[in-house]
Amino acid sequence: MGDEFVQLSLTPLAIGVLAAVACALPGNFLILRRQALIGDAISHVVLPGIVVAFLITGKISTWPMMLGAAGASIVAVVLIEMIKRLGRIEPGAAMGVTFTSLFAAGVFLLEQSDTSSVHLDVEHALYGNLESLIWLSADGWGSLLDPQALADLPPELFRMTVVTLLIAVLTALFWRPLKLSTFDEGFASTLGIPTATLSFGLVGAAAIAAVAAFDAVGSIIVIAMFICPPAAARLMTNRLEAQVAWSIAFAAVSAVLGYVIAGYGPLWLGGTDAVSAAGMIATVSGMILGLTCLFAPHRSRIGVPPGSEQS
Amino acid sequence: MLDPFTSALLLQSGYNTALVAIGAALLGISAGSGGAFLFLRKRALVSDAVAHATLPGVGIAFMVMVALGSDGRNLLGLLLGSALSAGLGLLVVEWITRRTRLAEDAAIGAVLSVFFGFGIVLLTIIQTMARGKQAGLEGFLLGSTAGMLFQDAVIIAIGGACAIAALVLLRRPMTLVAFDPEFAAASGVSVRMVDLAMMGFVMAVTVIGLKIVGLVLIVAMLIIPSVTARFWTDRTERLVGIAGVIGGASGYVGAAISASAPGLPTGPIIVLVCFGSFAASLLLAPNRGVLASILRHRRFQVRVHRRQGLLALARGEPIFDPLTLAVLRRAGLIRKDGVATEAGRAQSAKVLRDERRWEIARQIHQDEAVSGRYDGLTPIEAVLTRDEIAEIDRRIGGPAPVGGVV
Repeated sequence: MGDEFVQLSLTPLAIGVLAAVACALPGNFLILRRQALIGDAISHVVLPGIVVAFLITGKISTWPMMLGAAGASIVAVVLIEMIKRLGRIEPGAAMGVTFTSLFAAGVFLLEQSDTSSVHLDVEHALYGNLESLIWLSADGWGSLLDPQALADLPPELFRMTVVTLLIAVLTALFWRPLKLSTFDEGFASTLGIPTATLSFGLVGAAAIAAVAAFDAVGSIIVIAMFICPPAAARLMTNRLEAQVAWSIAFAAVSAVLGYVIAGYGPLWLGGTDAVSAAGMIATVSGMILGLTCLFAPHRSRIGVPPGSEQS
Repeated sequence: MLDPFTSALLLQSGYNTALVAIGAALLGISAGSGGAFLFLRKRALVSDAVAHATLPGVGIAFMVMVALGSDGRNLLGLLLGSALSAGLGLLVVEWITRRTRLAEDAAIGAVLSVFFGFGIVLLTIIQTMARGKQAGLEGFLLGSTAGMLFQDAVIIAIGGACAIAALVLLRRPMTLVAFDPEFAAASGVSVRMVDLAMMGFVMAVTVIGLKIVGLVLIVAMLIIPSVTARFWTDRTERLVGIAGVIGGASGYVGAAISASAPGLPTGPIIVLVCFGSFAASLLLAPNRGVLASILRHRRFQVRVHRRQGLLALARGEPIFDPLTLAVLRRAGLIRKDGVATEAGRAQSAKVLRDERRWEIARQIHQDEAVSGRYDGLTPIEAVLTRDEIAEIDRRIGGPAPVGGVV
C-alpha cells in the first residue's frame, strides 16, 4: 500500500494541494473586492491561448503554452476594459461577452487543428488530468531520497511548487497595501499606494495561478478554488489574517479529501473505476462552503458591527 | 448548384441541417430577447451559474432513466433533469446571497464550479456504466447537433415558443423591476417573484439550448445580443426586439455556416457569429460606436481650433499649431503664407466681437444659466435674445480698430 501510494497518489495529491492553495490565496482578495468571477473568466480564456501556442509551436510544451495563456488573459482584460469604457456596458456583461467569445474561439481553433496526435482537447482543458501525474520511477518512500527517482518527478509538480511559492511571497510582500486597498481604496490612494496598479497586479497573480493550475488540474478546480475556500473562510472570521489561514486550510482539505474520495471511494463502494478527481475536489470544496454557510460563526450580515472588518 | 453555405442558409442541404438551423434561430430569438432583461437588471452572469448547474441534472436523469430500463437518451427526460438541477443551483445562489454575507458574484462562482464539478464526477461514473459509453452526454458541454432527431427539434421549438410567450406576458413587470426595483416594489410588484420568473426564463432557455450550443457557451447567447443591441438604441422595447433579432440571426447563420463544412462545431460558430455582430456594432454603431465617437471628437477639435485660430488672427497673434493652420487654410480663412483672407478677416472680427460680448454677458449674468453656457464655442446668439445683445453692444461702445489689420 505504501509503495503504491508514493508511486500513484503522492504527486497528484501534492500537485492538487499546491494548485488549490495557489488559487485560494489571491481568491481571498478577489472575493473581498467583489471580483470573484475574474477567476471564472480567466479559466475560460486560457483555452484559446493554449491552443494558439500549440498551433504556433506545433507541440505541447510548457513555456509557450504558459505564454499563450498569459497573452490570452491580457487580451481578455484589455477587451473587457475596452467594452466597459467604449460601450458604457456594466462589468459583468462585458466580462460575459469577452470570455464566452474567447472560449468559443478556442474551441473552434481546437476543432479546426489537427490535435489528434497530442493530448489536447476540451475535456482535458475542463477536467485536467490530475490522476495521470504519477511518479512512475518511485518504488516507495525511500525514493524521496533517491536523486535518480526524484529527477523523474512530473514537471507539473515543480512548476506548481514554484508558482505557489511565488504567489505566497507576493502576497506576503504586498500584504499591507493589498489589505488597505481592498478594504478602503480611497484611503489607500491618499497614502500614496498605487491602487490601480495593485489591482492589476492582483489580477495578474490570479492569472499566473490559474494558468499553472489549469495546466495541471483543469479549469474546474481553478474556478472552485478561487471562490469556495475563500468564501467559506470569509464566513469563519472577521480578520483577514485568519481568513487567509482558513482558506488555505479549506483548500488543502478539499484537495486531499476530494482526491482520496475520487480515487478510493468507488472501490470502497464496490465499484472498479475511479471518478474525476478534479470534479470531486470541487464538490468537496462546495460541501465545505455549504457547511460554513449553515454553521460558521460569522455567516450572517446581522450582528456584524459595521466596519469591524477593517481592523 | 449552390455552394454549401448558401444551400444551408436556404434550408436546402438536408433535413437535419434545416432542423438545426430553425432550432438555433428560435433559441437565438428567445435567448437574445430574454437576456435583454437580465442585462438591464445587471445580473447577466447569474445565467452562467444556471447554465453550469444543469450538468449534474443531466447525469442524474440519465442514471435514473437507465435504472428504469430505458437507454437513457430521451432528450425530454435529460432536459427535465437539467431543469431541476439548474433550478436548485438558482435557489442556492439566491439563498447564499440573501442569508449569508457573501456577495452575489461569490455565490455565482461557487454554484457554477461546484455543480459543474459534481456533474463531471457523475459523467465519469456514467462512462464506466455499461450503457454510458454511447450516451454522448459530453455533447451537452459544447452542444452537438449531429444526429439531432425530429422530436428533439420539436421539443426545442416548443420550448422556444413557450419562452417567447412568457416573455411577452411578463415584459411590463420585468422592465419595471429592471429599471427601478424600489419603485416596482412600491407599486405592488413583487420584485422577488419577477426576479425568480426572469431566472426561470433563463433556466428554460439554457435547457433548450443545451443540445445546440451546450452549457458552457449558452451564456453567450443570453448576454452578447443584448449588449450588441444596447449600441443601437436607448429604448427598452427596441432593445428587447433588436436583441432577439440579433440572437435569432446569429443562431440561424451560425448553424448554416457550421453545416457548410466539416469540423465547424455549431455552438462555438454561433457564438462567434454573435460576437462578430457585437464587434461590428462596437465599431460602427451611430452615437455609441467607436467610429462615431472618434468622428464626434474630431469635429469638436476642428471647431475649437477654428475658433481659437480666428481669435488669434483678430488679435494679430502668430499661429504655430499645425492643426489650427490646416483647419483655417482648408476653410479658406487664411492664405498659404498664413495671412488672413477677406473672409478670414470678416470671420475673425465676428468671433472677436462674440468673445467680447460673452465677456460682458458674464459680468451681467453671474448665474449659471447664462455664464454656465460659455464654453468658448457657443455663439452668444444661441443663448441671449437680440435685445440683450443690443444692450451688451451699447456697453462695449463703438467699433474699435482691430489689431493687426489696421
